[in-house]
Amino acid sequence: MNATTDLTPGTPGPTTAADPTDPTDPAADPTDPTDPVVELAGVTKAYPGGVAALRGVDLRVARAELLAIVGPSGSGKSTLLHIVGTLDRPTAGAVTLAGHDIATLSDRRLSALRAQHIGFVFQSFHLVPGISARDNVAEGLLYSGLPRAERRRRAADALDRVGLADRMSHRPHELSGGQKQRVAIARAVVGEPDLLLADEPTGALDSASGAAVMELLHDLNKEGATIAVITHDSEIAAQLPRQVRIRDGQVVADVRAAAKR
Amino acid sequence: MRRTRLSPASLGPRDVLHVGSAGLRTRPMRVVLSALGIAIGIATMIAVVGISASSKAQLLQKLDALGTNMLVASPGQGLFGEQVKLPKESPGMVGRIDGVRQVGATGDLSQSVRRSEKIPEEETGGITLKAADEGLLRTLRGSMASGTWLNAANGRYPSVVLGHVSAQRLGITRSGQQVYIGGRYFTVVGILDPLPLAPEIERSALVGWPAATEALGFDGHPTSIYERSTDASVQAVRDLIPHTVDPENPRNVQVTDPSSALQAKAATEGAFTNLLLGLGGVALLVGGVGVANTMIISVLERRHEIGLRRSMGATRGQIRLQFVTESLLLSGLGGLAGIVLGSAATYVFAASGGIPWVVPLWAVGGGFGATLVIGTIAGLYPAVRAARLSPTLALQAA
Repeated sequence: MNATTDLTPGTPGPTTAADPTDPTDPAADPTDPTDPVVELAGVTKAYPGGVAALRGVDLRVARAELLAIVGPSGSGKSTLLHIVGTLDRPTAGAVTLAGHDIATLSDRRLSALRAQHIGFVFQSFHLVPGISARDNVAEGLLYSGLPRAERRRRAADALDRVGLADRMSHRPHELSGGQKQRVAIARAVVGEPDLLLADEPTGALDSASGAAVMELLHDLNKEGATIAVITHDSEIAAQLPRQVRIRDGQVVADVRAAAKR
Repeated sequence: MRRTRLSPASLGPRDVLHVGSAGLRTRPMRVVLSALGIAIGIATMIAVVGISASSKAQLLQKLDALGTNMLVASPGQGLFGEQVKLPKESPGMVGRIDGVRQVGATGDLSQSVRRSEKIPEEETGGITLKAADEGLLRTLRGSMASGTWLNAANGRYPSVVLGHVSAQRLGITRSGQQVYIGGRYFTVVGILDPLPLAPEIERSALVGWPAATEALGFDGHPTSIYERSTDASVQAVRDLIPHTVDPENPRNVQVTDPSSALQAKAATEGAFTNLLLGLGGVALLVGGVGVANTMIISVLERRHEIGLRRSMGATRGQIRLQFVTESLLLSGLGGLAGIVLGSAATYVFAASGGIPWVVPLWAVGGGFGATLVIGTIAGLYPAVRAARLSPTLALQAA
């Protein structure tokens, strides 16, 4: 994989390099299985009272993969999202993200890990009201340590990339649902995370906007982003090259559509 | 796989301010209302301190004009409680002490001062009759409201100068009128202006030294010697007066500093304001509770934002910092408004009373410091709560 990190539209490059100055990544198969972004081994999450949301989940997500984590509500997929996103820790098992064993990391370091390696997209967008789309996207870099001018510059690039170059100064209430979700996606990818976690990204959208958002995720994946879409919708999951089915806290199926490799 | 070092980037001051004010910018009305409590508390405290400082400044200004270099020597009590007398020559002796510039003396007389002989003798009106020498007026830095002071010419004849209080009590408004003293009428030759340093003179009727001796049986012993010295020699003069006036029994001579009463008044000015200051403190405390309340509501309302920020990589410390900053901004705004309001109230008071406008810097600094302390305390608990919020709980769909 090359180390190009420029977000300039028209020169699609991988979005996975967290450190623009690091040139050491060897060129490789974009989904090299020996270079997992996330690796879960025997992950169990039990809540006080004996409810187990996850029971021994093993999951490997390779770089530049696009996968769906699909399951009905109550299946544990949200818990899985939280654990993969390092927002929560498993009660047993190991989680390795971008080479870091998260069990050994303090809350501070986990925060830094999220800032550098993970981007989130939520069903309800969670945009900050009253500030422009560009500033919303720039918020995604607030905890990265980049200077403000650079954050704003990259935010403009990211908005351009999601097709909203003409909506830079619009505020969230002036945008449609699909546009809001694209702003949220721009915010998630502006930091060029190793892993993009999208939690029901089309859940609050009509089918046309939803399809546009899914198309955007496909495009980002083609540019090299590793994306996990968490959904209960099998139809959406079926569009993706890999589907991990969750039921009752366990992986019941892991299907790859070989053609997409 | 490349492993980057994981240490959270710190926010620059501008980003801290930006993040801390984000919540305020979206809810301006709430900001105004919750800052108002702090503003009222600080305004009360600034106004109370400012008004008392202004009054004090006025007293000190007055004191400056009157001078603090005047001393009064009077007879003390003898060894067996008997009233001792100062020697007749003592005014002259005091005048020869190094550093003494002016000397004046009065001697108490027992006669009453009345408007006419038809008024009963018991009705003195609280007016005392004193013999006064020529130097008294200059020593007191007094001035005449009308007429002239006692001098070598009128001092021999039955003429009298009234203090402004005694003139009021007798109903004398101009010189030339007559008052009845010791069985005969005296002509009022002058009325004095108020004398803040010698209220006993304000309540007196003064006759010339020779006239008092001839017509009223004055024995010539002064009962008060007023002297004014250079500022530098006040203490030395004070020590020398008893020995000079009565070398044999220096303890029989009492020396007082009339300006000390005014100084004490200036010093205690503001003592009564402690209660008001306490009230201001209570208002400030209530304001602080209001800010804490607002902050707690803000944290509850913005759970999603907190969860989002955590997912974007904010550390607990950065979330805490955000909410403490917000609380500090909230109370700091209230504090600034309070300082402006309190200073304005002091200005109105000072302007209407014609006294100098003084708002002590320590009060402004202390008031603002207090708001920052209150802002920190009020913000700390909500901020800690916000930081402890589990990101997964915070992100649960609304």
